[in-house]
Amino acid sequence: MARFLDWQAGGKGRPWILKRVQDDRLRGPVVIAAAALTLALAPPVLANSAMPTAPLAYTQLPDPAQEAKAKALMETLRCLVCQGQSIADSNADLAADMRSLVRQRIQSGETPEQVRAWLVKRYGSWVSYKPPLAADTLILWIAPLLLFALGGVLAVGSLKRRRR
Amino acid sequence: MSARRRPWLLWVPLLGFILLATIFVIGLRKPDDPSITSKMIGETIPAFALPAATAGVQGLASADLTTGTPHLVNIFASWCVPCAGEAPQLEALARNGVPIVGIAIRDRPDDVAGFLTRYGNPYARIGSDTTSKVQIAIGSSGVPETFVVDGKGVIRLQKIGPIMPEDMADVQAALVAAR
Repeated sequence: MARFLDWQAGGKGRPWILKRVQDDRLRGPVVIAAAALTLALAPPVLANSAMPTAPLAYTQLPDPAQEAKAKALMETLRCLVCQGQSIADSNADLAADMRSLVRQRIQSGETPEQVRAWLVKRYGSWVSYKPPLAADTLILWIAPLLLFALGGVLAVGSLKRRRR
Repeated sequence: MSARRRPWLLWVPLLGFILLATIFVIGLRKPDDPSITSKMIGETIPAFALPAATAGVQGLASADLTTGTPHLVNIFASWCVPCAGEAPQLEALARNGVPIVGIAIRDRPDDVAGFLTRYGNPYARIGSDTTSKVQIAIGSSGVPETFVVDGKGVIRLQKIGPIMPEDMADVQAALVAAR
């Protein structure tokens, strides 16, 4: 990263790859490729741990049935950092640690709903992509039924008129 | 036909649109607050025992938080930039006799030592939570976060983000209330 910044600032450290590229037409793409490579290889600047992730974050459980349960659960748990992604999809450190936690608990014999309840107790139903039927989510559950009923009433009304 | 019999029906779609548009505009203008509060406020801190985060400090167990005096539990990490920003405030609290314990998230002993050398050590104990398990168990979702835990080990307050000078009054009030 330091070298990249130095180069951006017009420092003396001109990247070796540019010295080698004699063809001017190639310089643009090479600069872009070099910049992309530097960014890809640079260590993250902010808020990322250098530690290896938790043991079961990227390791499947030996029992395929348990792994399937854990995977299905992970897809319905929300990542707390990159909100909007499930912990199964997220690369955030905390999501990795949560995956490991889910796998450990499933492995020790807990049911997926027990694990979900454990997390909901800590973060609220926000952490789950499976909304419970509660007072504040009532409209979510009954709105489709109400709209369906409304559609039925309208359809019956218009069919009756047409028959007349 | 129905429009001829009940002309006001013509306005229903427009009114519906205006209602929805109003709801959306109000929703869009609300400031975005991505912080997730812990639902563990008022609950006893879950049992845990963490090893020392670096040489020369003591590890942290939940039993250390049920000694009769309130504690500040500071969730931090050496790799977290805002954590350095709250160091002076933690230092001031520690100087004034507030027992502060730390939980270092996903951190290496050498990095924690470096952080303490650079920004000071206000901590009575620092536990190392390499897999975020205690952080998740108390409903914390980031660093830094600070919890006020009363003398019986009950979580009283969660402060998300660094404790800045303007947050000191709230934290101190929560500590007083937790006695």
